[in-house]
Amino acid sequence: MIDVLGQAGTSFIDEFSSNFWAALILKTVLVMGFFLVVPLGVGYMEHKVLAHMQGRLGPMEAGAFHGWAQLIADGVKFIQKENVVPAAADRTIFSLAPAVAMVPYIAILVVLPFSDTFFALDLDVGIFFVMAMSSVSVIGVLMAGWSSANKFSLIGALRAAAQLIAYELPLVLAAAGVVMLAGVTSMIGIVEAQESLWYVVPLFPLFVIFMIASLAELTRTPFDMPIADSEIIFGAYTEYGGLKFAFFLLAEYGGIVALSGIAAVLFLGGYKGLPGIPLPDPVWMAAKIGALSFMVIWLRATFPRLREDQLQRFAWLTLIPVSLVWILGAAVFKVAF
Amino acid sequence: MSAQEYAFTVLAVVGGLSAIAVVTARNVVHAALYLVVTLLSVGGVYLLLGAEFVAWVQILIYVGAIVILFLFGLMLTKAPIGRDTLDNQQRWLGALVGVGVFAGLVFLIQEAFPVQDAERFETFHATTDAVGESIFRNYVLPFEAVSFLLLAALIGAIVLARKDDAS
Repeated sequence: MIDVLGQAGTSFIDEFSSNFWAALILKTVLVMGFFLVVPLGVGYMEHKVLAHMQGRLGPMEAGAFHGWAQLIADGVKFIQKENVVPAAADRTIFSLAPAVAMVPYIAILVVLPFSDTFFALDLDVGIFFVMAMSSVSVIGVLMAGWSSANKFSLIGALRAAAQLIAYELPLVLAAAGVVMLAGVTSMIGIVEAQESLWYVVPLFPLFVIFMIASLAELTRTPFDMPIADSEIIFGAYTEYGGLKFAFFLLAEYGGIVALSGIAAVLFLGGYKGLPGIPLPDPVWMAAKIGALSFMVIWLRATFPRLREDQLQRFAWLTLIPVSLVWILGAAVFKVAF
Repeated sequence: MSAQEYAFTVLAVVGGLSAIAVVTARNVVHAALYLVVTLLSVGGVYLLLGAEFVAWVQILIYVGAIVILFLFGLMLTKAPIGRDTLDNQQRWLGALVGVGVFAGLVFLIQEAFPVQDAERFETFHATTDAVGESIFRNYVLPFEAVSFLLLAALIGAIVLARKDDAS
C-alpha cells in the first residue's frame, strides 16, 4: 500500500516502528492530536490578539492569568448545548455538513512536513493533494446552507461558493509558480529546493496572492461576505448550534493552520531556518505557522469587509492576471538560467 | 484476495450504488451529493491503479469545481430548500439513453482493452515526472488540440454571456 501511495521519503515514525499498521495508527493519532490542539491555540490567540488590538479586555476571569481557561469554558458550553435541528431541515445533510467542511483540513495536515523526517506522509504529488482537498471543503458549506431550509443560510452558502470558485484559481496559480521554480510537487521536495533562497524573495507577488486567496478560501475578513452578520445573520451557519457549530469553528481555525503551513512550505522555506539561528527544524516550521496565523488575525482587526462585486472584480481582474504574468516571468527565468 | 482487491471491491460497490442513487434520487441536490461520492470512488480507483496525479486532479476538478458549480447552479435557480423534492417525468427516456451509453462504452472498452489481455496491463506507480514526460513528449499534439478546444469553448461562453449594449 505504501508503494501505491507513492511515499518518497522516510518518516521518523516508519524508522521507529517497522509494522505498517502500528505506524499508521501512530501517524493518525499524531495528526488528529495536532488538529484538535493547535487550531484551538490559534482560536485562543485570536481572542487575545483581537482584544489587545481593539483596546478592550475580553473575558479575563476564567483561570488565573489573563482568563486563560476561557477556551475550556467555551468548549464545555458548546458540549452542553442542546442539539437543535430546524423542523424543515434535511436532517442527514444538515448533520453531515460540519464533518464534510472539517475533514479536508485534517487531510491537508497529513502532508505538512515539520522536518525532513518529521511528517506523516510525503506524497509525490503533495501540493496537488493539498489543492484538491482545500477545494472540497466548500461542499460542506453548500450542504449546510441548503439543508438548513433558511433563506439567509442559502444566500450565505451561495456567496461562499461563488467566492471559493473565484479565489481557487489564484490559489492554484500561485502554487503553480512555486512548483515551476522548484521542479517538484512533493512538499518536502519544495522545501529542499529553497535551501539557498526562500521563494518569497523571487515570487513575492505570488506569496501575497496566495495569502489573499487563502483568506478568501477560509472566508476570513476582509472576505467574510458569506457570514456577513449585519446582512445575513451568520450565513450558512445560522441554524447551527452546540457541537456542530463548534465543528465549523474548528474547521475554520484548522483551515488557518493548514493554509499557513502550506504558505510556509511554498514560500517561506518550510522547516528550513535562517542561517545563524540554530533552532530545530520543527520549531522553525511551528514559528512560521504561528507568524502567518497571527497575520491572518491581524488582517481581521485591520480591514473592513469587501462588497460582493468588489470581491469578484478583485479576483478576476487583479489577482488572476497578476499571477499569470508572474508565472510567465518564472517560466522565462527557469528556462533562461 | 489482496488488500488492493478488497479496496477495489469496496470502492466499486460504494461508487456503483451511489451512481445508481444519482439517477434515482428524487431530489436534485441529493443527486449532486451522491455524484460527489461516485467521483470520489473513481478517484480512489485511480489511486489503486497507481495513477496518483490523475486521482487528485480528478478530485480537484470534478469534486472541487464541477460538482460545486452544479450545486451552485441548482441552488441559485430552482433547487427546493430543505426536504421538498424536484423530479422530472422523463425517466424512461433517460433510462434508454443511459443503457445505450453503457452498452456503447462496454463495447468500445472491450474492443480496446480485451479482458483476456488484462495481464499485459501492469499497474505501476506513475510519478508526476512520468505523466509530464508522456504528455509533453509523446502526446503534445493531442494536448494542444484539447487546449485549443477548451479555449474555443471559453470564448464561446463569453460571447454567449456578454450583454452587448450596442445592439
